[in-house]
Amino acid sequence: MATPTGQPFERENYLNKHYGVGSWLLTTDHKRIALLYLISITFFFFIGGFFALLIRLELLTPAGDLVQADTYNKLFTMHGQVMVFFFLIPSIPAVLGNFLVPMMIGAKDLAFPRINLLSWYLYIIAGCMMLHCMLTGGVDTGWTFYTPFSTEYSNTKVIEAGLAIFVAGFSSILTGLNFIVTIHRMRAPGMTWSRLPLFIWAHYATSIIQILGTPVIAITLVLVVAERALHLGIFDPKLGGDPLLFQHLFWFYSHPAVYIMILPSMGVVSEVIACFARKRIFGYNFVAISSISIAVFGFLVWAHHMFVAGISVYAALIFSLLSYLVAVPSAVKVFNWTATLYKASIHYEAPMLYAFGFLGLFTIGGLTGLFLAALGINVHVTDTYFVVAHFHYIMVGGALMGYLGGMHFWWPKITGKLYPEGWARLAALIVFVGFNLTFFPQFVLGYLGMPRRYYDYSHMPEFQVLNVLSTAGATILGIGYLLPMMYFLWSMRYGKPAPDNPWNAAGLEWQTQSPPTTFNFEQEPVVTWEAYNYDEIDKAHPEEAHVVG
Amino acid sequence: MSDSQAAVQNPAHAGGHSPALLHHFADEQQQRDSASLGMWIFLATEVMFFGGLFCAYLIYRLAYFGDFAAASQTLDWRLGGTNTIVLICSSLTVVFAVYAAQQGKRSMLLISLVLTLVFGFAFLGIKGVEYAEKFEKHHVPGASFQFDNVKVPGHADQIANPHHAEIYFALYFIMTGLHALHMIIGIGIFVWLFLMAWKGRLTPEYNTPLEIGGLYWHFVDIVWIYLFPLLYLIDLHK
Repeated sequence: MATPTGQPFERENYLNKHYGVGSWLLTTDHKRIALLYLISITFFFFIGGFFALLIRLELLTPAGDLVQADTYNKLFTMHGQVMVFFFLIPSIPAVLGNFLVPMMIGAKDLAFPRINLLSWYLYIIAGCMMLHCMLTGGVDTGWTFYTPFSTEYSNTKVIEAGLAIFVAGFSSILTGLNFIVTIHRMRAPGMTWSRLPLFIWAHYATSIIQILGTPVIAITLVLVVAERALHLGIFDPKLGGDPLLFQHLFWFYSHPAVYIMILPSMGVVSEVIACFARKRIFGYNFVAISSISIAVFGFLVWAHHMFVAGISVYAALIFSLLSYLVAVPSAVKVFNWTATLYKASIHYEAPMLYAFGFLGLFTIGGLTGLFLAALGINVHVTDTYFVVAHFHYIMVGGALMGYLGGMHFWWPKITGKLYPEGWARLAALIVFVGFNLTFFPQFVLGYLGMPRRYYDYSHMPEFQVLNVLSTAGATILGIGYLLPMMYFLWSMRYGKPAPDNPWNAAGLEWQTQSPPTTFNFEQEPVVTWEAYNYDEIDKAHPEEAHVVG
Repeated sequence: MSDSQAAVQNPAHAGGHSPALLHHFADEQQQRDSASLGMWIFLATEVMFFGGLFCAYLIYRLAYFGDFAAASQTLDWRLGGTNTIVLICSSLTVVFAVYAAQQGKRSMLLISLVLTLVFGFAFLGIKGVEYAEKFEKHHVPGASFQFDNVKVPGHADQIANPHHAEIYFALYFIMTGLHALHMIIGIGIFVWLFLMAWKGRLTPEYNTPLEIGGLYWHFVDIVWIYLFPLLYLIDLHK
């Protein structure tokens, strides 16, 4: 369709309906808020990445030469805090979830659009507090704020960082609350629970953790701030307080928080694999319920972060066993995705490459998690680079791969433009190679005994080769992250216009125009089919089975 | 609120339904159910928020029972008990207000809301008297805290450890302080509800704000029902 001037005719959509700064900063449209989040978390991603770069540069040589110990402590602390609280936790839920949850269930918006906007403003306030904290000296406690160091001895900006994360927590809670109510109350006619996309199930499970876990770290940070300001004694063993209580409260949230990061990514992978394997997800019910089980079991394993902290041996045994149990639903997912791929006609577009990357890296991250859940090995590798490598395989190899895969998959829907497929496949490959080169050597380093959080390993110069590999990998990984940002920005101006359903995918979000109108659908959809009915789609339109790529 | 004005101006709302219905809901029922579920989920968050404190309290109470009892008995259970009654009465007036709104009884609605506010302020007033006393006795944790030579109840020969008593008072102030903060927010909500009722916006057809505001108020009330025995009544019979 073309206008007489030859320019493509632009339909009214959520992007061009209103213009001006005010129409963005005061918007209650879930899709615009998703884009506000996208810009904000990308900003913090590059800040966190900058800290990571400095850490890797310092470790290039055994001597502590680039930065001094105090600076290094601040670098890994702020890398962790920024990446965890300001990038990973909001990443998929606040960007893709915000954009897609209402569309996937056939709703016009989230249940509470103004609370949704409030949650973005809370995030921005928290982000400014964190930036202020970083620019005026930073904090050096590790992202974990362990007491009594954080409450008594650290002479950095603990209170500012604690309050920033407290505020960010409420942003996260409000997002979760909004999603749960929306999924319960706003589904289109015929969109039963067993027809929901697995992305929705994953976000439902995530939201449960957000609303039940986040308030616990909020109150814990209140106690840390109060203790630091007034020396109450709650966490100070000199005064009868118990530092282990802090660790229990902290990990009660911060372990489930790992599932806040990984579950939405699993949701993305379910969507992408079903689409590019052109099949219904194998064992839909099991994949759906496994999300909920991960959320529930995730609350029962926190003390495996404390095996060497002085908890009783019986508690350690029980938490070790429970940690093994949480692997069961995770494995159910991996096996079902693999079974979906079995004998499928697979298309290797960029989102699928990220999904494959997720499968491999998450499996390695998960299996090394089992090593760590075993008490004996845990004692051996506690506080070494083995742990660092393990959780980066989950959080970067898992969560971030899913995020990037999802961004590519839904980019045509979000912007109405196609990204350049060749560049995207190249970037996916670079990310995969760079990631493994960065973090696989760290497994070896950790197993050989290199402790985490050390800026100087000059007494162990034999560790340098593996550290150089890791730093080289981080450089490649950095290029892999810059590439998508550049071609995404390029595609917004120069990309080809995207059709409404470029992947010929199932799901309500593909049945409306790209980009969608403000209310998402011309008419309220009525759902009469199962999720992932790719058999029917490909039978009905065999010629469209593969439109792009 | 500006919603209803926007609703009138927004052509998306053209149709025969109530101006309070927001554009993204299909009908009033869906909007009411969403608001109610949203408040229940928020209360679940609140339970976990206070839950962390209750957890800390229980651990230290078990570890330092005698010291906690000694510190607890410096509190006046009569004032705490009065406040408990005040809050229970306020919950009753909230129930009356919801009933009155559903039945369209305007004067009963307004009186119930005013009484709720009066009870709310009474609670905060009594709490203020109690806090003032703590300052006078140097029972506020921090540099000027003093708790010397206080006997453990039931153990005439045992002196309470001031550090452990300080932990008790720290928890006392944080728990009751957070509760009082919730009371202040609740009073703000009920002032707003009173203004809505005054303007005739709370009707038998549309009273969701009052319903979910009431849920919040009852929750804050229930938190106090737990705080009172835990903080005021430790080993009181000795």
